[in-house]
Amino acid sequence: MSATMTEEPAAGTVVQRSPFALTIRRFRRDRASLVALVFIGFLVIFAACAPLIETAMGHSPIEQYRDTGLSDMGLPVAPNVEFPLGTDHLGRDVLVRLAYGARVSLLVGVFASLAASLIGLVVGVVAGYVGGAIDMVLSRVMDLVMSVPFLLCALALVSVFGPSLELSVSVIVFFSWTTVGRVIRAEVSSLRRREFIEASRSLGAGPLSIMIRDILPNLSVPILIYTTMMIPSSVVFEATLSFLGLGIVPPTPSWGGMLADAAGNSIYLVAWWLVIFPGTALLLTTLAFNILGDGLRDALDPRSAPARISRFKKKSRQAGRG
Amino acid sequence: MSNFLAKRLLFSASVLFALSLFVFLLFYIAPGDPARVIAGDKATELQLVQIRSNLGLDRPIYEQYLQFVGKALQGDLGFSYRSQQPVAKLIVTRIPATVSLVIGGVIFWLLIGIPIGIMSARDPGGWRDRLGQTIILVGLSFPTFVLGMLSLYVFYFLPRQAGFTLFPPGGYAPFLKDPLIWAWHLVLPWTTLALVTAAIYARLTRGNLLQVMGEDYIRTARAKGLSERAVLLRHGLRSTLTPLVTQLGADIAFLLGGAIVIEQIYGLQGVGALAVQAVQNQDRPIIIGVVMLGGLFIVITNIVVDLLYAVLDPRIRH
Repeated sequence: MSATMTEEPAAGTVVQRSPFALTIRRFRRDRASLVALVFIGFLVIFAACAPLIETAMGHSPIEQYRDTGLSDMGLPVAPNVEFPLGTDHLGRDVLVRLAYGARVSLLVGVFASLAASLIGLVVGVVAGYVGGAIDMVLSRVMDLVMSVPFLLCALALVSVFGPSLELSVSVIVFFSWTTVGRVIRAEVSSLRRREFIEASRSLGAGPLSIMIRDILPNLSVPILIYTTMMIPSSVVFEATLSFLGLGIVPPTPSWGGMLADAAGNSIYLVAWWLVIFPGTALLLTTLAFNILGDGLRDALDPRSAPARISRFKKKSRQAGRG
Repeated sequence: MSNFLAKRLLFSASVLFALSLFVFLLFYIAPGDPARVIAGDKATELQLVQIRSNLGLDRPIYEQYLQFVGKALQGDLGFSYRSQQPVAKLIVTRIPATVSLVIGGVIFWLLIGIPIGIMSARDPGGWRDRLGQTIILVGLSFPTFVLGMLSLYVFYFLPRQAGFTLFPPGGYAPFLKDPLIWAWHLVLPWTTLALVTAAIYARLTRGNLLQVMGEDYIRTARAKGLSERAVLLRHGLRSTLTPLVTQLGADIAFLLGGAIVIEQIYGLQGVGALAVQAVQNQDRPIIIGVVMLGGLFIVITNIVVDLLYAVLDPRIRH
């Protein structure tokens, strides 16, 4: 940074910047997003290092340390040297479980969002490009999925197939692809009327080639933004399912499951660390991804940035008021 | 107008049809034998056959589906496997708690969300906007159950340790018995529900106001000498009502089908809690009933929202 600072030309001269450079510049000025990105980086390292933490602490995430991890009364032990974040109601190490739980949250959050985006992308492109009856059917299907009570349907599915990681991911994907689908459909149906598509067609390109080579690159910005914004809701969705006992099967650690354990018998009322640590981890994770999503939108798509009103607009607003 | 409503009604009907098909097929293909659940492990084969024929489980699938739909249309949702009571009756006893939760929650979140949105939109980029945006982000990110557990800890447990009862730990007290006790039990659930939902309304209000305030008719309103306050409240806010009503309809419908998480945390015996218990007990008729009820609420609020549209937006009437 300092090298480019010294090369910065005198005021008044015009510097040519590529769109990518401009995006990076906008993003770097957004301190909140940078902090969020750093936090996500640390979270990924924390999750990746779960086995290392396990070895360092000498505690397995599912073993119950009834001698050292529970008080004489059988209550969880507060944070101490042996258990830095305390133990839960079964005498298990909260720190180690938190690290393994981070893996579940991140994996489910990211993979479910990617899968949902992919489905939404395919459906959206087909509906938007082909149009006509196919568009109508696909759009109605999206409306239908959106107006279904998804948590109740998730309950029904779990009651039949039993809770599992795969089912959680499928449920999340099934109920979240429609947001991307709608956005992409709208984008594509306006893109396909543009001249460059016509040019491509007159050069002999088939529909598949146009969809993939001409339209797809133009969708990278909404895809990136909406996938990022879907991650926090997927993380919360998974945690909610686990909290209700419908997600990850115990004793596998997950943040929602840890909070459910804490809520059971109201044990967290005498052991605050059982709700503070997983609760904060969950809150900070969703917050970080939400901030990042907002930051990416502002950086990649300055037109949509409602956060900052342009100087010109502000002036005219004041003029209008006067 | 009538064309618009007809289309919407058709869509509502298809939502209900899809849901009924979903739950029916789900439980038809499900592993496990309902007769076994009802009769228990000691039942003889003859008893099982008898129960199946009583329930119509030995008939072809389309007949079973038609019978299910026909009965559901008359409000007959079958009997609970566990308690043998009619599902419809079980659900009806749970509705007051859920409706109480949702009504109070809606009022609270509108009172919190819309003012924050207005505050943000009046000062775009300023410190009040940044404050509003921060509140919105935190609200959007807070998982409901984390907030619920924290508020129980702070407002129930800590005061009780100090020796007085500020709020009850949960439960539902009927409104007709004593409205004050009823409200006292619901303050924490209402606030929790409102705080996690208000952010969406604040964001919607802000976004729409910012967009609308640049329109020509707002300039006209200013030019004719209206105060900024009057412009904002009478002309600006009016046009943000339509998206707010849409969102409100979706949220109310969703929650009436069971504010599952909040009911679970605060021990409210509402529809959502019933569904969770039914899943734990493998009580399929109740699950089917609750899902269908959720669908019905969605359809009803859809229709109400559509009618409100016509009232709010004169363009739809023509």
